[in-house]
Amino acid sequence: MNRSSGKVHTHAADHRQVHGHEAGQQDAHATLKGYLTGFVLAAVLTAIPFWLVMDHVIQSKETTILVVLALGAVQIVVHMVYFLHMNTTSESGWNMLALIFTLVLVVIVLGASIWVMHNENANMMPMSPQYAHHKMGS
Amino acid sequence: MSTSKTAFYCTEEPHPENGTLLGFWIYLMSDCFIFASLFACNAVLGQNYAAGPSGKDLFDLPLLAVNTAMLLLSSVTFGFAMLAMAKDRKRATLAWLAVAGVFAAAFVGLEINEFIHMVAEGAGPDRSAFLSSFFTLVGTHGLHVSLGIIWLLTLMVQVGRYGLTADNRRRLYCLGMFWHFLDLIWVGVFSFVYLVGVLR
Repeated sequence: MNRSSGKVHTHAADHRQVHGHEAGQQDAHATLKGYLTGFVLAAVLTAIPFWLVMDHVIQSKETTILVVLALGAVQIVVHMVYFLHMNTTSESGWNMLALIFTLVLVVIVLGASIWVMHNENANMMPMSPQYAHHKMGS
Repeated sequence: MSTSKTAFYCTEEPHPENGTLLGFWIYLMSDCFIFASLFACNAVLGQNYAAGPSGKDLFDLPLLAVNTAMLLLSSVTFGFAMLAMAKDRKRATLAWLAVAGVFAAAFVGLEINEFIHMVAEGAGPDRSAFLSSFFTLVGTHGLHVSLGIIWLLTLMVQVGRYGLTADNRRRLYCLGMFWHFLDLIWVGVFSFVYLVGVLR
């Protein structure tokens, strides 16, 4: 027993050196090239939707909305990969597992809330502009 | 470390020695929920103008573009601070942290300015359901960034006084995750709330 507990102790001490276990893991992923690639990609993925909306490039509003949202989703992935250094191996995969769990719950919460609340909202009594104006007192 | 026959655990398996970064990541995931529910609110209430102004009347897209650029620059300069830290260059780390802080402060400043203008025009959070959800979502994000700036200043003092110690490195990694996470949320805000808000 003594031997093994001693082992555990050195094992822990090994990781508490100058950089620390976790810090060392993160250092390996961060590079100047990575940050610059992420920055350029994010800038381009930001410029395109602004251009689409400000210059009315696409005639159909619905198509523009879908393209803007799709580009936003792509940019979120770019941020996760290049800035947050997400990958399947960090923290033995627990980061990715927590992310997937969150995404599943977010999809349920977002999807279901929007679905239910949209129905509730659509079934509300309509409010005329005059009534709304009067009620707001402005 | 030798693999002796008496070892009853797997000596080679990597495991988080102290789970601070994982724990902080889980905190960020819970923060993600706050924003998810606020986005859901905005999705549902975003068109209830109560005969008031809509996004098309209120949003200043060129200003939004500048604001977005500020936050993105802040995110990438924070990354440069992390790179300087990996090379044990304390002064460069502090300088990049300061640059990231200034960009973030510019972002918050522009946002407060936008809010003041909207309230002055009578488009405050009490005007319509659309504006309530708008101010709650964007305000919550702005509050996060403001608290991030306070945290950044605190850590700059820490690093200035005690150097790039293991503790300070761990703290800066956490702040870095927080910082990039807020930029990520902002992508959702400017795409969904502003750009789509102008269109519908």
